Amino acid sequence: MTGSGPPAPAHRAALAVLRKDLLLELRTLETVPAMALFAVATLVVFHFGLNRDTLSGQLAAGVLTVTLLFAAMLGTGRLFVAEREQGGFDAFLLAPVDRTAMLFAKVAALLVYLVVLELIAVPAFALLLSPPRLGVALPGVALMLALGDLALAVIGTLVSALAVQTRARDLIGPIVGLPLLIPALIATARGLGPLLDRHGSVSPQGKWVAFLALYDLVGALIAYAVFDFLLED
Amino acid sequence: MSQVSHAAIELDGLSRHFGERTVLRDLTVSLPAGATLAVLGRNGAGKSTLLRILATLLRPHAGTVRVLGEELPRRGWAVRGRIGLLGHEPLLYRDLTGRENLGYHARLHRVARERVEQMLQAVAMERRADEPVRLLSRGMVQRLAVARAILHEPELLLLDEPRSNLDPAAGELVEPLIGRASGRTRVLTSHDPAHALAEADLVLALKDGRAAYLGPPAGLDPAAVRELYA
Repeated sequence: MTGSGPPAPAHRAALAVLRKDLLLELRTLETVPAMALFAVATLVVFHFGLNRDTLSGQLAAGVLTVTLLFAAMLGTGRLFVAEREQGGFDAFLLAPVDRTAMLFAKVAALLVYLVVLELIAVPAFALLLSPPRLGVALPGVALMLALGDLALAVIGTLVSALAVQTRARDLIGPIVGLPLLIPALIATARGLGPLLDRHGSVSPQGKWVAFLALYDLVGALIAYAVFDFLLED
Repeated sequence: MSQVSHAAIELDGLSRHFGERTVLRDLTVSLPAGATLAVLGRNGAGKSTLLRILATLLRPHAGTVRVLGEELPRRGWAVRGRIGLLGHEPLLYRDLTGRENLGYHARLHRVARERVEQMLQAVAMERRADEPVRLLSRGMVQRLAVARAILHEPELLLLDEPRSNLDPAAGELVEPLIGRASGRTRVLTSHDPAHALAEADLVLALKDGRAAYLGPPAGLDPAAVRELYA
């Protein structure tokens, strides 16, 4: 079979790119370890900076959310580096594939990175800042973090694809990405607050779950609509 | 060369600029299927830009471009996968092995896995195929890049300095794959005008983005070639 046949379906091409990205990350260990190290170091700074052994409620939620957001920015900054520096964009654009396959693959790769990050950062958070009832509220925390991760992955991928085309890509990513992510940051932190409170609920408030889900949906639709143009000349 | 209905490449008044700088001006060329076009010119003449437009990676800013019967950029999707590009960059990930790189391209182009092994053998890289590309010599990387460029059996080959980094033995090795014997329509650039002229059916000499000469190789005066690179 040769490339003169019909274009590869988007999901197959996306799987090919995702598989390649995860293989590259496993081979180089450039992104996820840096994100995890940054998150743990930030939590240590909070531990000593606030001079507290335990945090609860909205303060704990804010510390966790901001730490994960900044660690995620490291990951988004590196998402397209290999594509730009090693000709990956050209190779992909020369293939008979739907260009949104690259979007799906990069969002999925960033989601994987964020899950691994949280598997390290949340235990470190529990160890250093001992939020009350984290174990009981863990399913709710996981739900809020998963919705927040989707927002980070979609917006992070979109902004990274935009930034990598510019000379000031290291600056553009955070400068454009952080303001766009403020609504998701607020919703994640507000949703997590009661879960990490000694007297709070063990399940997240529906309004914050709904807000984040809507944010994710709108972000995904915008990304799907504009991603093609970001890869264009 | 006259316009023919089965032309693989048809350019009519093609222009392209980057910012204020016009890199290609009003190029009109027709290349029949199966023929080889050599594009000559010194650095910055617009050779690589022309190849990237033909590869659908850059948009023309004026004029019309038809490649393999499809108008670009409107129907670029219809020719991707029918074009092989061998450019200055090998388009290989340095931290993946040669086999992994070709496997990735095979999945994107829906090429059977056996073709990867076939191509590794064709460029004599099967014994080094499991080493990361960053550990290979430039000549080996170029051989892998040749394998990558023709993995999907493209109808049109765009070759930008295809023999750079290749020693004479490696040059002979890739000759059946990307040379005249491949039977493909080819557009090639080379810093070695003698080699390019020997390979060409049609020559396009670019000077400041304009066609300084367009015609058969025999019609190009050696003094004019020297002046082109002066």
